[in-house]
Amino acid sequence: MKTRLIHHILCVTAVVFIATIPPAQAQDQEGLKVVDPEIIEQNKDCLKCHGQSTYEYYNEGVERNVKDRMNPYFIIDSIEYYGANHKLFVCIDCHSYEYGEFPHDRQLRMEPSFGCLDCHGGDEEYAQYKFEEIDEDFHKSVHSSKHSEDFSCSMCHNPHTYKISARTSEKMEEFILYDNQICLSCHADVSKYQLLSTNNCPNLLDAHSWLPNQVLHFKNVRCIECHTEINNDILVSHNVRPKEEAVKLCVECHSKNSRLLASLYKYQFTDERSAMGFSNEAMLEEAYVIGANRNYYLNVLSIGLFGLVLIALLIHAVLRIIFNYKRYE
Amino acid sequence: MSEKIYLYPVWTRLWHWTNAILCLLLIITGVSMQYSDPAYPMIRFDWAVSIHDITGIMLAISYTGFILGNVLTPNGRHYIFRKGILKNLFVQARYYAFGIFKRESPPFPITEASKFNPLQKFSYIIIMHVIIPLVVISGIALFFPELIVFDVFGNKALHITDIIHVIMGFIISLFLVVHIYFCTIGCTPTSNFKGMLNGYHEKH
Repeated sequence: MKTRLIHHILCVTAVVFIATIPPAQAQDQEGLKVVDPEIIEQNKDCLKCHGQSTYEYYNEGVERNVKDRMNPYFIIDSIEYYGANHKLFVCIDCHSYEYGEFPHDRQLRMEPSFGCLDCHGGDEEYAQYKFEEIDEDFHKSVHSSKHSEDFSCSMCHNPHTYKISARTSEKMEEFILYDNQICLSCHADVSKYQLLSTNNCPNLLDAHSWLPNQVLHFKNVRCIECHTEINNDILVSHNVRPKEEAVKLCVECHSKNSRLLASLYKYQFTDERSAMGFSNEAMLEEAYVIGANRNYYLNVLSIGLFGLVLIALLIHAVLRIIFNYKRYE
Repeated sequence: MSEKIYLYPVWTRLWHWTNAILCLLLIITGVSMQYSDPAYPMIRFDWAVSIHDITGIMLAISYTGFILGNVLTPNGRHYIFRKGILKNLFVQARYYAFGIFKRESPPFPITEASKFNPLQKFSYIIIMHVIIPLVVISGIALFFPELIVFDVFGNKALHITDIIHVIMGFIISLFLVVHIYFCTIGCTPTSNFKGMLNGYHEKH
């Protein structure tokens, strides 16, 4: 009888629990809107060719279907695109609708590309991201001053693939890798690097040979931590400084007032000290930075213990001297 | 004229002073890194890291030499606990706390068979067989972070390892201070230091 009662209670509890589960939201794991099937449908014609490494068309000259290779720089990875920030756009939102015709008009290649501010400038919806201030910061950088207008936002933030990562990644190492790959897409790729520079692309491992634990640093901090000037008004500093001004003083990060708190850990930064007494708690979730994660309680305890031992030894020494002196009296 | 006994063979003295210099460098550079501050730099951080790394490796080698020396020579017998150690520890502690001021004779005179008093023996065994191995192992783990078992401790692995390393380093620095002070308790305040240079212990 008793067993049956318990069974009934458990069943009722289970039914109530299931009934209170909210219905699935039309959002993906990052809480962003999922792609409308209508958009996928509209982009289908473009991606039929540009979503693959080869494309096929009817060649009127030879009167048959011809298969050719797609220019690798014009290939759009559809999976990557529909995971990127601009996934809610159809191709002709940014590109001329005339691309709908094949073969494309040669003049279309001269079509100017949109810059970030063309859409995001003065947009209330995106005001919190401060695009104008990012633009201002960028124009102070060597990327802008050395390359003028040739260096556009899209050089680093490919509009077909770029996605915000620092605010959405669950693992810091993921967004560090993602952000560093943006820098490496030029600085470790001679062909892209020389689009803007006639200099030889420097070997990054050689250039950072002075850095102790190179691999550990590359995995745990972004290039911009040392190569940009801190800007507290925007989430990510865009003012890349000349190499001579890069941070080389270890203590700028390896100290209690670590500059990492104003850059890498800007998103996670909550309290100065954790309940366990560690400085810069935000860092502890992902890494351990010698000098920046000292423990307050251990510090107090160690200084106290050291002091007590010194006092005890001093008293002992003084007593030894006094008793020795009395012996000779 | 006080009696002298030959207690410290050449290898022991060489190892001792090497160990002392290495520990001192490791403590200074370790403290400099732990409390690094751009406003109050002790030693340049990258120099401190390099010196700490090199001396750390040397300490690990020196410790291996110490273990080998103790296995291959009779010196190892001084680093083993004997029966009645707790009672003897209390007697020796009482002597240092009270007896020494009343001019009592040391309860455990130094002989060739027993070159450490119970407190010395206890602290040396703990330092050499527990603290130094822990500081060396945690140091190797920090030197090669990929060796640390991240699967078990996650991101905290490096953190836990460093905390162990720092605590062990602190215990060694406390030991160093106490050790130097107690070395002044000898036939004369400098006789024990001289003994570790020439190998002869001067009896009271």
